Amino acid sequence: MIADLHDLYQEVIVDHGRRPRNFGSLPEASHRAEGFNPLCGDHLNLQLKVVDGIIQDVRFDGVGCAISTASASLMSEALKGCSVAEAETLFDSFHAMLTGDQPESPPDLGKLAVLAGVRKFPARVKCATLAWHTLLAALHQAQQPVTTE
Amino acid sequence: MPAAVSELQAVAQLDVARLRQDFPILERWVDGHPLVYLDNAATTQKPWSVIEAERHYYAHYNANIHRGVHRLSQEATEAYEGARDKVRAFIQAPAREEIVFTRGTTESINLVANSYGNGLRAGDEILVSEMEHHSNIVPWQLLCQRIGAVLRVAPIDEAGQLDLEQFEKLLNPRTRLLAITHMSNALGTINPVKQLVAMAHRVGAVVLVDGAQAVAHLPVDVNDLGCDFYAFSGHKLYGPTGTGVLYGRAALLDAMPPWQGGGDMIRQVSFAGSSWNDLPYKFEAGTPNIAGGIALGVAIDYLQAADRPAIAAHEADLLDYATGQAQRCDGLRLIGTAGDKGAILSFTLAGIHPHDIGTILDAQGVAVRTGHHCAMPVMERYRVPATVRASFALYNTRSEVDALFGGLRKVREMFA
Repeated sequence: MIADLHDLYQEVIVDHGRRPRNFGSLPEASHRAEGFNPLCGDHLNLQLKVVDGIIQDVRFDGVGCAISTASASLMSEALKGCSVAEAETLFDSFHAMLTGDQPESPPDLGKLAVLAGVRKFPARVKCATLAWHTLLAALHQAQQPVTTE
Repeated sequence: MPAAVSELQAVAQLDVARLRQDFPILERWVDGHPLVYLDNAATTQKPWSVIEAERHYYAHYNANIHRGVHRLSQEATEAYEGARDKVRAFIQAPAREEIVFTRGTTESINLVANSYGNGLRAGDEILVSEMEHHSNIVPWQLLCQRIGAVLRVAPIDEAGQLDLEQFEKLLNPRTRLLAITHMSNALGTINPVKQLVAMAHRVGAVVLVDGAQAVAHLPVDVNDLGCDFYAFSGHKLYGPTGTGVLYGRAALLDAMPPWQGGGDMIRQVSFAGSSWNDLPYKFEAGTPNIAGGIALGVAIDYLQAADRPAIAAHEADLLDYATGQAQRCDGLRLIGTAGDKGAILSFTLAGIHPHDIGTILDAQGVAVRTGHHCAMPVMERYRVPATVRASFALYNTRSEVDALFGGLRKVREMFA
């Protein structure tokens, strides 16, 4: 279990949890959404600047644990330059990595694969997926805040 | 004899090693570590006698109560009503009719909000405190929305104690109901309930006390407290989940309309109208959790047979010991430092979110609660999203406190 714990809290995750990239607000955002996990209180605002179907910039802010903050931070890095369709594919791959039947992490996730250890901690999967559900809501211009409950 | 000496003797008298043998779950291991269960404010573990009481009911005399003329039904009825008598004696209620069985504290509070509360009118005020958990906030909000009453909130200070001056200022002739916790689940604060009841009664308000956290740890005498309603759950009292009690003064319960309709709460039913059963059955519609109710009585037997002052002294010792360690822990901020406090240690660690702490402690066999403890306004008051909460029961030990702080050192290493 301690080995699993080290998988979960890899250096990259602790680093992104402590110093999240793309943290802040994006006044020129074209898409935004709010994510909230009422069970634990994690809260996230996500803003995207999408031009001609390409995600040019991403910012987020909020409060959350190391897992949810690192997931949002790594996601924000991965999204820049993606098309909306690519972002949705990335969501599917990421979701499958944490909740799917396949034990191996999908090859196309790059750095995001550091979050694969979360699947061994079912109670924490919602932490890792909050930002991602918020991403879908932003892309689909959802009016209501999304929750992982 | 000085108080400190008698307290030490009381601590010496409590044989925790023997008590632990009463709780089978404490033999469990988690990921190669002996279970250190410090989430007692969420629910306590159950002794063999409680577990056995449920098994025995289902294996030997499972039957519906109050209805059958057959032997099993009579035995079940006797055991269930016997449990009611035990509850009455446990909280010193004057009459057994005043003990209503419910599914838990939440249902008890909802019963009052939906029955007594419907007699309130627009403009009436309901007073709660800033330290309440959601169960003692939301039913009143729903009531206020329904009838146009106004919810007022008595503030707490930085230590987590009720601001008595502000409390008194909020009381006025429009205050029809005070709903207040006996012991805060998020902070550990023990409220001076007797004093608050007297203050509320002076303006003519009725008082409901939420005793969910208190009842396993403090002696409760509803007569002495003077409260009108007292709500608690079985599962925080070493008893089964899905059991609970509403104590209510007979005169109030008598005047209140039924809340839920169904079997057992009626005297006579016709399509032209129905009449209600006597207390407490008027408030007990449908087949209850019979096994649970009986086992709740057994949980009360268990506590009554133990030396309660010795247990209280033991729990106070654990809190003192843990508080001492917490104060030596860099970056640890205690949330809730009231002078009168139950054995609950709620805290944050600088730079590390409580959920990450909870996961790392769990991997070392230490079970604590992390989150907002269903008391979001309390978290807001202290400007924290969540806390780590270690809460102690009669079977916890100083070495388990050491395991908690050893686990926290591991947390720091991982986040160093």
